[in-house]
Amino acid sequence: MLVNRKLILAHFWLAFVVFGLALCLGAWQMFVRSPLYTWISNPEWYYRSLTAHGTVMGYVFPTLVAMGFGYAITESALQQRLVGVRWAWAGFWLIVIGAIMAMVPVALGRASVLYTFYPPLIGNAFYYIGVVLVVVGSWIWVALMSINLRVWRRAHPGEPVPLAMFANVAGSYLWAWTAVGAALELLLQIIPVALGLKTTIDAGLARVFFSWTLHAIVYFWLIPTYIAYYTIVPRAIGGRLYSDTMARLSFILFLVVAMPIGIHHTFADPQVGAGFKFIHSTFTALVALPTLLTVFTICASVEIAARLRGGRGALGWIRALPWQNPIMLAVAFSFVMLGFGGAGGLINMSYQLDTTIHNTQWITGHFHLIFGGAIVIMYFAIAYDLWPHLTGRALPNLALARTQLWLWFIGMIVTTFPWHWVGILGMPRRMAYYDYSNPAIAPEALYVSLSAFGALILLISGLLFLFILARAHAQPATEAGEYRFSMPVHPVRSVPLALNSFGIWVALMIGLTVTNYGYPILMLAARQDTSVPAVYVGAQ
Amino acid sequence: MSARELFTFRNTYFSIGVGVAAGVFALAAITGFVLLPRLQPELKYADLWDAFCSAAGLPRRSVSSGEIPKSPHRLSEAVLTPTTLARPTQESIGRGATLAQRCAICHGPTGISRADSPNLAGQYASVIYKELLDFRSGARTNAVMSPFAANLSDQDIKDLAAYYAYLPRLPAYHPQEQLPRPRVVIYGAPMRGIAPCGSCHGSLDNKAGSPWLEGQSEAYLKAQLQAFAAGQRTNDISQQMRNVARALTSQEIDQAAAYYASQPPDIIKTTD
Ligand code: HEC
Ligand code: HEC
Ligand code: HEM
Ligand SMILES: [Cu+2]
Repeated sequence: MLVNRKLILAHFWLAFVVFGLALCLGAWQMFVRSPLYTWISNPEWYYRSLTAHGTVMGYVFPTLVAMGFGYAITESALQQRLVGVRWAWAGFWLIVIGAIMAMVPVALGRASVLYTFYPPLIGNAFYYIGVVLVVVGSWIWVALMSINLRVWRRAHPGEPVPLAMFANVAGSYLWAWTAVGAALELLLQIIPVALGLKTTIDAGLARVFFSWTLHAIVYFWLIPTYIAYYTIVPRAIGGRLYSDTMARLSFILFLVVAMPIGIHHTFADPQVGAGFKFIHSTFTALVALPTLLTVFTICASVEIAARLRGGRGALGWIRALPWQNPIMLAVAFSFVMLGFGGAGGLINMSYQLDTTIHNTQWITGHFHLIFGGAIVIMYFAIAYDLWPHLTGRALPNLALARTQLWLWFIGMIVTTFPWHWVGILGMPRRMAYYDYSNPAIAPEALYVSLSAFGALILLISGLLFLFILARAHAQPATEAGEYRFSMPVHPVRSVPLALNSFGIWVALMIGLTVTNYGYPILMLAARQDTSVPAVYVGAQ
Repeated sequence: MSARELFTFRNTYFSIGVGVAAGVFALAAITGFVLLPRLQPELKYADLWDAFCSAAGLPRRSVSSGEIPKSPHRLSEAVLTPTTLARPTQESIGRGATLAQRCAICHGPTGISRADSPNLAGQYASVIYKELLDFRSGARTNAVMSPFAANLSDQDIKDLAAYYAYLPRLPAYHPQEQLPRPRVVIYGAPMRGIAPCGSCHGSLDNKAGSPWLEGQSEAYLKAQLQAFAAGQRTNDISQQMRNVARALTSQEIDQAAAYYASQPPDIIKTTD
């Protein structure tokens, strides 16, 4: 039952349009810092573009996808009309206004501070206020998800919450809490300085606040993808979900352990004690668990589908899978990229190995593979799956969709593998210019060029994606039928209260945040001697 | 749903959840705060408590605790906030003009020097302000210039900054043929850690406190670069300019000085 299609479509379209724009910037960045181009002669342009690309890809695009998908899940999984449609639109418009407000100073070169803010560098206040509005808009969505679940519960006392909605609400709670870190940084530290009320800033504390957001935001980006793995893939390929309980456990684990681990982003920072770094790395090791559970469950579900289609043998069943189906293709690509990206992640999370790749191109290669690759390819799948139900029209051409997914996969591999490699060779990230004529870095030229070529493939794939979605609106109308999610192998009749509600897990999430972040934050906040003068972008 | 049913150790999910979380935390804390510091004898902790405080992130006095070595030079103490020089009034500019009469013998009546003193007309206010503070405090010294800054008040310095920044940028007295940009000015030298000169000095971007250099006398520019390289001029905050100058070859110094001297100052196209 998808009633508020316009609302959902508005979120998806805005998400994908800004994605397309940021993609062009990404490809441009790749090109101008490669040996294929001389040099833009003004590094400012590079950082302007990088700030816009990072802000859109990191904050605006995934948030809008999660929101649009969340509204679609609410109506179709709970089989009830969305409560609070007006609020939902208000949230949407807040994001539009926030995004424009943030991007104008960036375009004017007044806020080239990169999406991680980089205090004590301080840009124009409107940039930060715009980001805050985007977050506030998304908090409206969080509240609506919670309210809609409550309304449903009242009408269905004791019944198991449908898995898609359970996961969706878990994701929204995770986001609500993890965004608090960056919000505190912006509201208490950066915005007062940007407005000129203060001229010094505790950059160390700001980085700790940002790390509070930085890890779990990754899981917020990832949750729509995981929801798609569990609740779209098995249905789309004609199989069943292997285990509903395993799925719930995975989302619960994300909720609990994604938060108290962010200090692994400050391994190289002196203001955090080694003891806390160790605690955070220990918890980081736990976060692999839900992903391993997921890989296992989804592989099992896919195997079920293959065997239902007559697949046989220890591995022979793989051939029986519906490879013509874009969703099948997307999930396979996503898993391959998740595998490589996950292996890279193990390197980042270990204190010693991290020192060799810290702040090198390895990091950017890594998160493009995981985020731009494994996660975003499933955003494409979600859109392909939902589109006929939202537009009332079939997708124009599945072969085109398959081509698009293939291009994204190939492009991502061609882009990110050399990207990792030059990182290992020591190429630093976030630099606008590399002198490839210098013998010391000349060997990297070939790999950077390869990467830039991959970026071109990605750009083509991204534009093709937008083209397919747009073309779908012009197809003849068809009835797509009810939008459904996968059924588990064993129908879910009842679920233990603990796995059907969030109380314990939200309490644990907050509790662990207090134990793992409380002291480092209080210590830095209490000290008087930790502030440094702000450096204003473009100051005279 | 009742909280009493959920939040009780009779609920296995609750007891396992809380138990595992607390257990992992305790184990990680003991390892990180007690065991690991012990396994690193080279860190030389006085006792368990000292190791514990260090792991928690409390700053410790360094082992070789002693006086912080004092710099042989005075360093710049100039502080610039967004309000220090904001919106100068007409009176301020006027007072600056009066004060500047004393400076005209060397810096020229229109702020353009006929000798090898730096041109000041249209220089960024923050630069005039900072350099005068540094001359006054002794962070920058010059036998000819220092006495003129010694008795300036804070307000005098602000007024002079406002006045010189207000003057139009006129062509210098030693016009030459415009030279092409040398490599170090556009590209810097990434492998030696030198950013392009223009990324601070105004042709690409201007970083607060970096003067524009176009049209200054070649002898002056060269002398400043050599002074930075030799550590004779030390008023640049965080050694921004000394780090650059030390890494330059003498040929690059000549090229950069000649290039900037040959440029008309009105080509500066930055934020102001
Ligand atoms: C007797 C000559 C003389 C007089 C008079 C003089 N200056 Fe200078 N000024 C110099 C010289 C020479 C330098 C360059 C110093 C060096 O080489 O380090 C200089 C440097 C400066 C600078 C630094 C410029 C830069 O780009 O770094 C400022 C600002 C300045 N003078 C302002 C003034 C002001 C204001 C007055 C009047 C109150 C004044 N000067 C009077 C000779 C003079
Ligand atoms: C990281 C920014 C930065 C870069 C890059 C840089 N400079 Fe500077 N430069 C400064 C700053 C800041 C000062 C002013 C120092 C002070 O007195 O506080 C300065 C001062 C100077 C001065 C003295 C000017 C005067 O009137 O006092 C000269 C000459 C100079 N730089 C030349 C160069 C050249 C040539 C290059 C390129 C090879 C270069 N700089 C690169 C920041 C930079
Ligand atoms: C055509 C495809 C893409 C290309 C060529 C590309 C390229 C780039 C480049 C060159 C950088 C800067 C790296 C640096 O200098 O440190 C970057 C940063 C970044 N990209 Fe992409 N990108 C692409 C797609 C994506 C996608 C799909 C996402 C996520 C949805 C994404 C998210 C980011 C983020 C968050 C940053 C960090 C910005 C920063 O370091 O401040 N990118 N990208
Ligand atoms: Cu992380």
